[in-house]
Amino acid sequence: MAHPLEVRIISRRFGLPNSASIDTFLAHQGYEALRKALKMTPEAIIEEMKKSALRGRGGAGFPAGLKWGFVPRQSPRPRYVVCNADEGEPGTCKDRPLMEYDPHQLIEGILIAGLAVDSHQGFIYIRGEYRYLIDIMDRAIEEARGRGFLGKNILGSGFDFELATHTGAGSYECGEESALLESLEGKRGVPRIRPPFPAVAGLYQCPTVLNNVETYAAVPAIILNGGDWYHKLGTPKNGGTRLFALSGHVSRPGVYELPLGMPLRQMIYEVGGGIRGGRQLKAVIPGGSSTPVLTPEHLDVPMDFDSVAKAGSFLGSGGVIVMDEDTCMVKVALRLTEFYQHESCGWCLPCREGTLWLRKLLARFHAGAGVNADIGRAGELAENMLGHTFCPLGDAAAMPVISIVKQFRHEFEQHLNGRCPFEAKGARA
Amino acid sequence: MRFSAQLEARFERFLARYPQRRSALIPMLLYAQDEVGWLSPEVIAEIAGRLDLSVVEVESVISYYSMLRRRPAGKYHIQVCTNISCMLREAEPLFEHAREKLGIEPGEITEDGLFSLEEVECLGACSWAPAVQVNYDFHHEMTPEKLGALVDRLREKRP
Repeated sequence: MAHPLEVRIISRRFGLPNSASIDTFLAHQGYEALRKALKMTPEAIIEEMKKSALRGRGGAGFPAGLKWGFVPRQSPRPRYVVCNADEGEPGTCKDRPLMEYDPHQLIEGILIAGLAVDSHQGFIYIRGEYRYLIDIMDRAIEEARGRGFLGKNILGSGFDFELATHTGAGSYECGEESALLESLEGKRGVPRIRPPFPAVAGLYQCPTVLNNVETYAAVPAIILNGGDWYHKLGTPKNGGTRLFALSGHVSRPGVYELPLGMPLRQMIYEVGGGIRGGRQLKAVIPGGSSTPVLTPEHLDVPMDFDSVAKAGSFLGSGGVIVMDEDTCMVKVALRLTEFYQHESCGWCLPCREGTLWLRKLLARFHAGAGVNADIGRAGELAENMLGHTFCPLGDAAAMPVISIVKQFRHEFEQHLNGRCPFEAKGARA
Repeated sequence: MRFSAQLEARFERFLARYPQRRSALIPMLLYAQDEVGWLSPEVIAEIAGRLDLSVVEVESVISYYSMLRRRPAGKYHIQVCTNISCMLREAEPLFEHAREKLGIEPGEITEDGLFSLEEVECLGACSWAPAVQVNYDFHHEMTPEKLGALVDRLREKRP
């Protein structure tokens, strides 16, 4: 059910009967953007993308048009289009509805990216746990091929493009672009040293465009309605809408398509229905588990990439995790650290050892066996990972912990008397 | 070693899909595991042979991915997410309930071979937390009662 504050662009077909079928798609402007793009030059497509100010929806927020522009189209090597559907950032569950309810929108966006960089082969890397989505995407790809939208000489244009899904097998790290490419090549998902970036040396060392599901899903609407139109839906340099996944202690958790720049307060209290049980807000992780926590003083921050960065955090993947007054922030830091330790690939020492030591320290501390010096030590351990690893997993592990130690030091101190004050109150987290 | 005709057809599609054969490795392993139940030494040797890879190379890849198993699981592999969004929605007592209900620890299989249990990281169901996955099926907004009823239902489905 749509919320009145939603601006439904990429989710506009959600809820239609048989929304995943090609007939529904075609009855609602489906593949019209592709027809338009087939008559445009690659330069014009990329120009429209740049005007849109569409920034990568996977987490880093890099301008998509700029990324496409980096791909050398004259390269003698084949160029690839890869879609990152390895959604795994805790707090993030927005690529799922995009594939479940509108798989053809994604295919159309990937096709347009293929046109823009003169590529003839795309892959959608879908996390292994999303098996039902692999089946949905496979069916949609067959449908599209059957109607001439994929394969040889698409719609008589002379443009050829093949697309296939690829299953992951359980790894958060493979959501990082270079690890994803390693995994797609049949290897362990260990990240690559960059440069070179995937635009120059990506899949099989060939030039590769790599974007998130939601980024590609926004492309057809941009091509149809123009980059300027899309840009104006958001805030300057933060074009458009995005799917925000609200989770945690809100009354109405869900995935909502909202304009970039909506104040956090409105997102939590109007769209999300406020805090469950009428309790007070304690903290918000605004962009997936890797991003520093915000507190009630940040409620007026507009939720776009630049404003959230100014407030000391990141918009990341748009996973807004809301925590009420009974939440133990030491426990939150511990649970996130357990996750990152489990997912660390082990290549970079600061991350491999740092996440392990930090987990041990926080577990001891939360169990009531910590000492005062541990509080500073937790921050130091996290600081030592920051910026010292080849991929952002080390930073992802460090940032939330650093922000929790800084903003909730008093909660650490409350644990010094031998027990978790929140568990004593009967709260579980 | 022989796989079903259906799986062989799938392997054919995988091998035709990629410019480099090795890309088919992880999909082949996962779908073979779905059919056989786990990645037995025979399965590993067979797939390694088909892709001209050494067994140790394939084993090294397997050890990286959490869904790839070197030992059998129950017919129904119950995976309870306890990551942050699920934890905030009482996933921990849910996991404890699963343990009691099934009478096994994570990594164990019930005596009848029907169930195994695993505490997993984020499944991508944060807005519908807490989430449980049974094999590949998602179950959202779970409670101990709903999980108990689900286990009972699966137990009765037994042939």
